[in-house]
Amino acid sequence: MKMNWNELTKGIFKENPVFIIVLGLCPVLGVSTQVSNAIGMSAGVLFVLLFSNLLISALRNFIPDSIHIPAYIVIIASLVTITEMVMHAFVPAVYSALGVYLPLIVVNCIILGRAEAFAARNTVVDSILDAIGMSIGFALGLTLIALIRELFGSGTITLFAIGGFDGVIRIPWFYNNPIRVMSLAPGALLLMGYLKAFFDWKGARKEG
Amino acid sequence: MSYIAILLTFIFINNFILVQFLGLCPFIGVSKNSANAIGMGASVTFVTTVASVVTWAIYYFLLVPMSLQYLQTLTFILVIASLVQLLEMVIRKISPALYQALGIYLPLITTNCAVLGIAIINITNGYNVMEAFTAGFAAGAGFTLAIVLMSNIREKLDLMPVRRAFRGMPIAFISAGIMALSFMAFDKSLLTNLHLV
Repeated sequence: MKMNWNELTKGIFKENPVFIIVLGLCPVLGVSTQVSNAIGMSAGVLFVLLFSNLLISALRNFIPDSIHIPAYIVIIASLVTITEMVMHAFVPAVYSALGVYLPLIVVNCIILGRAEAFAARNTVVDSILDAIGMSIGFALGLTLIALIRELFGSGTITLFAIGGFDGVIRIPWFYNNPIRVMSLAPGALLLMGYLKAFFDWKGARKEG
Repeated sequence: MSYIAILLTFIFINNFILVQFLGLCPFIGVSKNSANAIGMGASVTFVTTVASVVTWAIYYFLLVPMSLQYLQTLTFILVIASLVQLLEMVIRKISPALYQALGIYLPLITTNCAVLGIAIINITNGYNVMEAFTAGFAAGAGFTLAIVLMSNIREKLDLMPVRRAFRGMPIAFISAGIMALSFMAFDKSLLTNLHLV
């Protein structure tokens, strides 16, 4: 069977959900104060998107057209509930840090958007590749924003605690001179504006 | 918490768009002119208010007695989706004029984070039914305030010489960031100073 690798790579750069299509911004800006939250959120989105694309493309010939949106929402909401319960049980710190943004994966435009635009009319294998690509693109965008915000806003990079390592990397100069606004709400919006301008500029230059 | 404190909290201190980033998609998408922004704001306020009360009732009268709280997300999104459909039909029947004004925005609201967000926040904060109603209305009012201000800024921006790479969405995000900066003037100390908590 021929794998359609283009479906995988397009989500990472050419159709990056965060910077090019600009979908699902609520979690991107809401949880990007710490790198560890960004990674937790990306894992949640990867799980939900992968299985929603898989189930929806597998069921695409059985779901009647007139009720396809409610059917998709039920599938996605069940997957989100599973994610919530798993995170609550195994990584309670991430669960409480993500707060209201975790159940809000249900209304994340990326998931319903991919279901509607891709999984509903493509094969299971292509849909899985699409989901993985889109999730990687989302994770890269979210982690980039979180990295910049945490580095400038508090001078640390928070990962997960393993053994004696508490999971917080302190960056020497930035730790003593943080630009606090970057870790607050306005910093997220300003940074998103500048990054979007940068990617628009790069895209326009590539097209010539 | 008193009702005035809830109103102030959700309109200014924890403004849904500028502080919590809930409902950002329509905020960027529908804020190009002020007429649309007012329509969207009114529809969202209407839905958040009704949805707050309905989801509160379903949670406490249906999910809690049957100890099915873990189905919260699934139930709420289905209730909100059906509610939006129902509202659309009711408005079309009762007031065609209102339907003309709000009709095109209603389908977009199901996937608006603000509606599901306020439903979940009401439960997390343990509000009673009147507090949930107030919070739902205030969240919608805060959304309307932000989106209407934003649409006015963008109407002015259309006439300004903005560099090509910044035109459209980037400059909208940066304007929103500056608005969020000014909203930082409102914080929890406001409630303390007004003797509301």
